[in-house]
Amino acid sequence: MGKLAIETRGLKKSFGKTHAVAGVDLAVSAGGVYGVLGPNGAGKTTAIRMLATLLHPDAGEAQVLGYDVVRDARAVRSRVGLTGQFASVDEDLTGVENLLLLARLLGYSRRRGRERAADLLDAFGLAEAADRQVKKYSGGMRRRIDIAASLVVTPELIFLDEPTTGLDPRSRNQVWEIVRGMVAEGTTVLLTTQYLDEADQLADRIAVIDHGKVIAEGSSGQLKASVGAGSLHVRLRAPEQRAEAERVLAGVLEVQVEPSADPAALSARISDPERVARSLAELSRSGIDVTEFALGQPSLDEVFLALTGHAAEETPEEDAA
Amino acid sequence: MNATSAEQASAPVTEDALRSVLAGERPSSPGPVLTSLTFGWRALLKIKHVPEQLVDVTMFPIMFTLMFTYLFGGALAGSTQEYLQFLLPGILVQANVMITMNTGITLNTDIQKGVFDRFRSLPVWRPSPLVGALLGDVMRYSIGSAIVITLGLVLGFRPEGGAVGVVLSVVLLLVFSFCLSWLWTMLSLILRTPNSVAGVSMMVMFPLTFVSNIFVDPKTMPGWLQAVVEVNPITHLATVVRGLMHGSVPAGEIGWVLVSSVLLVAVFGPITMVLYRNKK
Repeated sequence: MGKLAIETRGLKKSFGKTHAVAGVDLAVSAGGVYGVLGPNGAGKTTAIRMLATLLHPDAGEAQVLGYDVVRDARAVRSRVGLTGQFASVDEDLTGVENLLLLARLLGYSRRRGRERAADLLDAFGLAEAADRQVKKYSGGMRRRIDIAASLVVTPELIFLDEPTTGLDPRSRNQVWEIVRGMVAEGTTVLLTTQYLDEADQLADRIAVIDHGKVIAEGSSGQLKASVGAGSLHVRLRAPEQRAEAERVLAGVLEVQVEPSADPAALSARISDPERVARSLAELSRSGIDVTEFALGQPSLDEVFLALTGHAAEETPEEDAA
Repeated sequence: MNATSAEQASAPVTEDALRSVLAGERPSSPGPVLTSLTFGWRALLKIKHVPEQLVDVTMFPIMFTLMFTYLFGGALAGSTQEYLQFLLPGILVQANVMITMNTGITLNTDIQKGVFDRFRSLPVWRPSPLVGALLGDVMRYSIGSAIVITLGLVLGFRPEGGAVGVVLSVVLLLVFSFCLSWLWTMLSLILRTPNSVAGVSMMVMFPLTFVSNIFVDPKTMPGWLQAVVEVNPITHLATVVRGLMHGSVPAGEIGWVLVSSVLLVAVFGPITMVLYRNKK
């Protein structure tokens, strides 16, 4: 483990009676992507806002790149970039005007600022939209200009708050490419997401947050291992045989077998991998044709369910973020 | 909307381009004056892109001048021409003071849209986004003033103080409006939506401008109301502007306006900055 990019101890923030962040300890090493995973209202955004010096913690301490977020706020601000629903660009201005504005504010001369804005627009595939007002951008373009705005001065650490929420798959992949590119260049990325596959794809380490607390932390593999050996997915040729297959599998595996949304599929969490081979033999002996039979690690969805007792996409009534 | 076609046309993000962009330099931070002026430039860009926002600056004062001059002028001052000489400096004050409300509405919109947090996350002198917005508003006051004065001259307003008196009174108005705006920046950091900022501002501005000597001489009002008018800073401002435009320079009143301007900033400036720093 190298130098720490972020370190927090007992970080807390409440809004009235809502404890948005209820004592968070994080240790994020420099380099790579750190994922903060949690449902809406888990306190992700509040935590990031404190780390980015936009919000004073009620209690606890946080250091970002070695600087205290309260006492050395300006030092933190000059070293981090921030992108999210809460840190956006001016919709009335054009793409190039937004970037030039930030470049000037960050100390570029007018000429160098223009060059910098043009370079960024090029790199993010926005050159043709440079002179169009941002409010006329599509969702994907909008997200890219938001990220570009955080890179006017190359940050050592960038916060991306739900960078792909609401994007179509193609735009989402573009954002993922950008994140990987930034990491390859040595920027540390702290990314919040509600999407388990996003954390799985991008993050080296993941903190799972629920109700303002970190309930699990580790690599995606470690998190998955913590909930059991894995899961078995079976798909049948004939959906009408599913009830029978469920009975056969449950008998051999001695665990709960769940019918999937797909009418021909079943899944089960496995505690004893030895029994899996026997269950396949048992299915074929019962005359049930199987088109798919896969043993995999549990998905982060299952991890989340196991850790929190509720599904990841569930939205609590109170949105503390 | 042609966003979709542009999306397809735009080149994908390339790794090489990204690499060269991330290898960018790190310039030194600019000073407070430059950052404030840069935020002022943003306000001007917004006027350029959304010229509709100048409706309050243009239509409102034109409507008020015409309505009051021709509806009430004869009744209030014997003739519309005579009333215009009295009313126009007052309308100029009202127009500027009303335009200041826009500052709060704009700032609140920035907060809603998340632009505000981007600015707050920058390593720049903290008040500069606010000061810059207010500097941009000075442009609005100037446009509003130019419109009112031009309309007045067309209708027959003849300032005895000449060009010097007119220019001086406009400068004084700009100073006062800049200072008054801090009241609205404070308000916009407290209230949740641009609409509520507009609503509360109106509730303050209407009595403040009408219970003054802008439209009528307070001599005809009941005594208790005269007392209220007398302490209203807008009354003093209108007296000064009227005086300057018509050639008399009421030094004491000018002092009064400058002192109240300083007081406005001294009180609402720091409160605004505390709210700004601790904004949720």
